[in-house]
Amino acid sequence: MAYLTILLDGTAYGMILFIISVGLTVTMGLMRVVNLAHGAFAMIGGYIAATLMQRDVPFFIAAILAALLVGIIGAVAELTLYRPLYRRGDLAQALMTFGLTFVVIAALTSLFGSNVKPIAVPAFLAGLTNLGFTDYPTYRLFLIAIGAAMAIALWLIIDRTLYGARLRAAVDNPRMARAVGMDVNWLFTGTFAAGCALAGLGGVLGADMLPIEPFYALRYLVIFLVVVAVGGIGNFKGSFVAAMAIGIVDTVGKFLIPGTSAYIVYVLVIVLLLWRPHGLLPAKSAA
Amino acid sequence: MTARPALSGPALAQLRVGPGRFGWLWHALPWGLAIGTYFFAGAYLTLGTAALEMILFTLSIDLCLGYAGIVTFGQAAFFGVGAYAAGLLSIHLTPDPLLGLLFGTGIAAIVGLVTGMLILHTEGVTLMMLTLAIASMLSAFALQASSLTGGDDGLQGIHISPLFGVFPFDLWGNTAYLYALGVLFLWFAAAWRIVRSPFGRSLDGIRQSPRRMRAIGTPVWWRLVAIYTLSAAMAGTAGVLKAQTNQFVGLDSLDLLVSGTALVMLILGGTRRLYGAFVGAAFYVVVQDIAAEFDPFRWMFVIGGLLVIIVMFLEGGLMGLADWARDGAARLWTRPAPK
Repeated sequence: MAYLTILLDGTAYGMILFIISVGLTVTMGLMRVVNLAHGAFAMIGGYIAATLMQRDVPFFIAAILAALLVGIIGAVAELTLYRPLYRRGDLAQALMTFGLTFVVIAALTSLFGSNVKPIAVPAFLAGLTNLGFTDYPTYRLFLIAIGAAMAIALWLIIDRTLYGARLRAAVDNPRMARAVGMDVNWLFTGTFAAGCALAGLGGVLGADMLPIEPFYALRYLVIFLVVVAVGGIGNFKGSFVAAMAIGIVDTVGKFLIPGTSAYIVYVLVIVLLLWRPHGLLPAKSAA
Repeated sequence: MTARPALSGPALAQLRVGPGRFGWLWHALPWGLAIGTYFFAGAYLTLGTAALEMILFTLSIDLCLGYAGIVTFGQAAFFGVGAYAAGLLSIHLTPDPLLGLLFGTGIAAIVGLVTGMLILHTEGVTLMMLTLAIASMLSAFALQASSLTGGDDGLQGIHISPLFGVFPFDLWGNTAYLYALGVLFLWFAAAWRIVRSPFGRSLDGIRQSPRRMRAIGTPVWWRLVAIYTLSAAMAGTAGVLKAQTNQFVGLDSLDLLVSGTALVMLILGGTRRLYGAFVGAAFYVVVQDIAAEFDPFRWMFVIGGLLVIIVMFLEGGLMGLADWARDGAARLWTRPAPK
């Protein structure tokens, strides 16, 4: 039954990857911005929550407040820093956001030091749950549940609401969306903020697996980008599938072939991107 | 074929850096400074050697990113491969520095050729992701294969015999500095020649529009593979120099941070001018040294902030700023003649 445990570990990891990366796939697909600062937004969320919890704010309230604050920070960043970059090339965007990541890392280090910031999970989620075949950490079950719930909620929003229809239209053809009178600018700001808020939330919820420390923003950036690229840039369903696949492959790989675990994911990603350069599900068939 | 405007005219004209007949004299400035550093740097000479290594590495990124427009975030892969290859050769086979240089450069070039042939079919974000993934894969591999690479502890026990059998690598780093400077000069001369050749011009065209270049019959993919391989070899040489002068190779030589800082240097200095790498790397090393005295993280703040500002407001980098100042001064100097 060890396999089931590992499968659960991989699923929980995949859910975290999904919550953090879904915002990135939207930014990169909708605004066509290469956003290397996405990890920094997730990390800021983690730091905000950790600081609030030191002041005895309960876990869930801290997580929600952190997500809201990161969303506001994201909106400000979009208006001031990202907007002038939309017309520039991949390189300018990548460099600006990379510089932004440096600034965030340095600022957080001088504020909080370079140690790992612990985020304790609430007491009722801290223990183990008896699943019949094994005792499994309750918090990871909670992660799986919340990840699945968010995936369904996002799918409903994107697939069933007017906002979702506008978003899909703007991803597929921003010029046409403008031409039919949509206020694409506000759509961009709002969506960027929402993506950042999700990243911040993911940073808090995932602190158990991806510990919050200043270099978080660079350390896990590649894996977030990989999820986006594999899923197909701008594709929500794709990023869910990719996050699950990468979470499970990585975890199973670590278990089955301990010597090769760390790079097996990258090998698979390289092969996949060479085989299908636009990801598993290219953006045109988005949700 | 007689008309090759890029190469016609007196030989010195090809060496022009600044305006006017004596534009080639500007070459003396960076190289004179580099030689002067040897005599006056004192205890900072090892810092100077590190700067030379970073200049070479940054130059390699200018070739493939600046000229050919290949947006790579994984150049550290070749830096690390060169460093580990040279280190392993010295431990297991021969301590000769020049053989190590050839070996490390060659291995990096092979890795560049193979990965380049694989990934250069793609473009844009996918290509960037692939360069990142390759660098991450090699980095993870070096961590795992600790029997070969020493893993987290790094590659220790590198011993380098005297250069040409005569000049030992001493504690003060005199030999190391001149050795690095000589190697940098050779690569720089090669790069200078390459970017002014018809091949270099075709890269310019590919950066601006691969589609049009393909339409006029340029073998775009092969050209990209060629420059990518060359740039990988150059980055490998920089890695070799680092391994040989420090007699140590750490996992950090494969890190994303190495690619990132070199990119920052290139953008700080200015792309597509070769000397941009010199300005950027020198500036970076000095800023890092000064800022790190106050707070080890402040330099990241300064560098990151500079990067944001330069991308937003100053596309040509520091050398672009220098051009602007020079043109302004020239305009003041040559007042329009009174009518």
